[in-house]
Amino acid sequence: MERIDIHPTHESNGFKLRRGQPYPFGATIVPGGVNFSIFSSHATSCTLVLFEKHAPQPMAEIPFPEEFRLGNVYSMVVFDLNYEEIEYGYRMDGPNNFQQGHWFDKSKILMDPYAKIIGGRDVWGVTPNWDDIYQHRARLAFDDFDWEDDRPLEIAPEDQIIYEMHVRSFTRHPSSGVKEKHRGTFAGMRDKIPYLKELGVNAVELMPIYEFDEFENSRPNPQTGEMLYNYWGYSTVGFFSPKAGYAATGKFGMQVDELKALIKELHKNDIEVILDVVFNHTAEGNEMGPTISFRGIDNKTYYMLTPEGYYFNFSGCGNTLNCNNPIVRGIVLDCLRYWAAEYHIDGFRFDLASILGRDPWGAPLANPPLLESLAFDPILAKCKLIAEAWDAGGLYQVGSFPAYGRWGEWNGKYRDGIRKFLKGDTTVGEMAQRLSGSPDLYAWAGRAPATSINFITAHDGFTLMDLVSYDGKHNEANGENNNDGGNDNDSWNCGWEGPTDNPGINALRHRQIKNAVAMLMVSQGVPMILMGDEVGRTKYGNNNTYCHDNGLNWLDWTLLEKNADLFKFFKHCIAFRKAHPVLRNTWHFENRDYVGSGYADITWHGTQAWNANWSAHNLTLAFLLCGKHAKQGREPDNYVYVAMNMHWKAHWFEIPGLPQGMQWHIFANTGANPGEDSWKPGTEPLLENQSGLLIGDRSVAILVGK
Amino acid sequence: MAFDATLETTDHIAKITLSGELDASTAPAFKSKVEEAAKGDVTKLVLLMQDLEFMASAGLRVLIFAKQKMGANVDIYIVSPQETVMDTIEKTGFHHSVIVTDTVPTA
Repeated sequence: MERIDIHPTHESNGFKLRRGQPYPFGATIVPGGVNFSIFSSHATSCTLVLFEKHAPQPMAEIPFPEEFRLGNVYSMVVFDLNYEEIEYGYRMDGPNNFQQGHWFDKSKILMDPYAKIIGGRDVWGVTPNWDDIYQHRARLAFDDFDWEDDRPLEIAPEDQIIYEMHVRSFTRHPSSGVKEKHRGTFAGMRDKIPYLKELGVNAVELMPIYEFDEFENSRPNPQTGEMLYNYWGYSTVGFFSPKAGYAATGKFGMQVDELKALIKELHKNDIEVILDVVFNHTAEGNEMGPTISFRGIDNKTYYMLTPEGYYFNFSGCGNTLNCNNPIVRGIVLDCLRYWAAEYHIDGFRFDLASILGRDPWGAPLANPPLLESLAFDPILAKCKLIAEAWDAGGLYQVGSFPAYGRWGEWNGKYRDGIRKFLKGDTTVGEMAQRLSGSPDLYAWAGRAPATSINFITAHDGFTLMDLVSYDGKHNEANGENNNDGGNDNDSWNCGWEGPTDNPGINALRHRQIKNAVAMLMVSQGVPMILMGDEVGRTKYGNNNTYCHDNGLNWLDWTLLEKNADLFKFFKHCIAFRKAHPVLRNTWHFENRDYVGSGYADITWHGTQAWNANWSAHNLTLAFLLCGKHAKQGREPDNYVYVAMNMHWKAHWFEIPGLPQGMQWHIFANTGANPGEDSWKPGTEPLLENQSGLLIGDRSVAILVGK
Repeated sequence: MAFDATLETTDHIAKITLSGELDASTAPAFKSKVEEAAKGDVTKLVLLMQDLEFMASAGLRVLIFAKQKMGANVDIYIVSPQETVMDTIEKTGFHHSVIVTDTVPTA
């Protein structure tokens, strides 16, 4: 039988209407029409504005009848809309008083914050019509993708190996080998899944893919005239929409399907999808920025404001989203639930997440309601939640981010510690902490090793090749006189600044890269590698390439051949990690034998077995993992011994003995010739001298006892 | 060119010939042909697309609908799609769920 509530009760401008459902917010396709619902705490009236797709002027404006308002929510069903061919927005009327924080202006057409598709930047890089009265145009999406039996993979956190990447940069370079029409898109990325599979990673972390405006703050480089863009996209226009310009089908408005097809295919290949989400600020920028949505709908609710009405700028990007306001909290939760449920997303990494723990006046909260809500949400219950545990306002929370037993952290201290050790100037005491899952940061709070997202490089900062090729940043191409980007790179150029023909320096650089990934892959916690590091990608010393749509960001696939030795080494190290549960423990080491093997779970060594040298200037360290303690004794494994020599001289390392019947095999030795510096797990050759080995200058060796 | 969809069922093979532009306004006509085809005892659904010039997302949705309506035991063939249409099918990943071919399958 037909429902009785699907018939119009009102009419306006020839459109048939009915009182809508306030929930869900946004525009929802319902029998016979579309339900529009939007809220504002301070608006006095609201008008729905309808456009035909791409039309310069609206085709209709329909004021919400006052009797359709419930609380602060305006909702209305409009019947007989050709919903594939329309765009919609709102006009809001209300007070306009800067000091009080109100920016209502009914001359502006506002985008729905819950828009599921946003038009206006349909094809990447096409200069927008700046005279258009409605720049970012809300559209309707179908939620009926054919997922078959797909669902998020729920890989155990400690088993993850994350690949941080940028969708456009991954395949935009002509050398990517994907069809020209697919370059730089979700479809292009899907074509390259076999590469990710071969490398062995089981999670991709996508730099922002929510709709953003690459033309925000776009400008020509004062030196070269080349256009600089908002290329990375850390500035959200719409939290519910995939970036149209990242879809080869964006011009047909089919980005939702294209992205879902990518995710489904990644899942089929056992690769999870983590989104880098930016909830700390929006694309509306500072007081001079454009009015896109939030500012015109409810400025005072959505943004943190000073008593004078200005924007607080904890993000370094002009404004700060008011995340612990209950209304904003609601939209963040709605957003993440939508992506988890509708797009089968496996996890989220929160950009400048410490902002999410500030109260509406900017003070850090001990018990931030937003972080708590996300941690305990039933829909997000199996999603990975990863914090970038600092912000641009000086709050640094690595080790102290409010976690509720759920939140992981980008471990900035891991990055800094490993970098210093690599170049020969940290203490082995700190290294011991970083290699064993940073128990100094997490164990005391009852947080697992997988809390620690271990990384040496990420999109911010040098690539791994640049970390060993440059002492200082070279950001001139960004047009800010080399003033942007961090100065605390902890890098070392190995003897020459930038590219060189010197074979000795190049060999050392390759060895240092291998040392880095070797340490990363034997560390407890979750390793994350930066796109392209596996093939020695360079950004020519630029450590802040946020604005470049060119070779500074695009992955050059010819490197795969040029640096084949690096790729092979990465591949082997990843495979080794996957083969050995002893490297992926669920809980921290106890430094004792709790399974009766005669060995403690971890023991520390130096050039002498059983005798680590913890003195401040020592640059050698080794450790032994007892395989019988793997995953707390649940998954018996081989024994693994790792020796690190960051000294500029070779050292003889005495190796601890194995239980009767086992022998040491050599999996990797970065000091050996390429071709013999790593072995496919399972094919490791027997170590000739079972009592010790010579480890060359600045080299790492990994042995497996079986 | 105006959209047209015709259905012909022989030997448990349902053939739908499509021509013109398949968008939100014409998708319902295609959908009703799929429903009609699903009523018969068919083992294959063959979509002849050589004269189909454009397919919007509404058209894609009918393909998904067809797959679910016909069930897992019915193979769906897309015959001779034009390049633009094939491009849309590929980018959205639907080519994994159907058989794309240049020859009309027989029983």
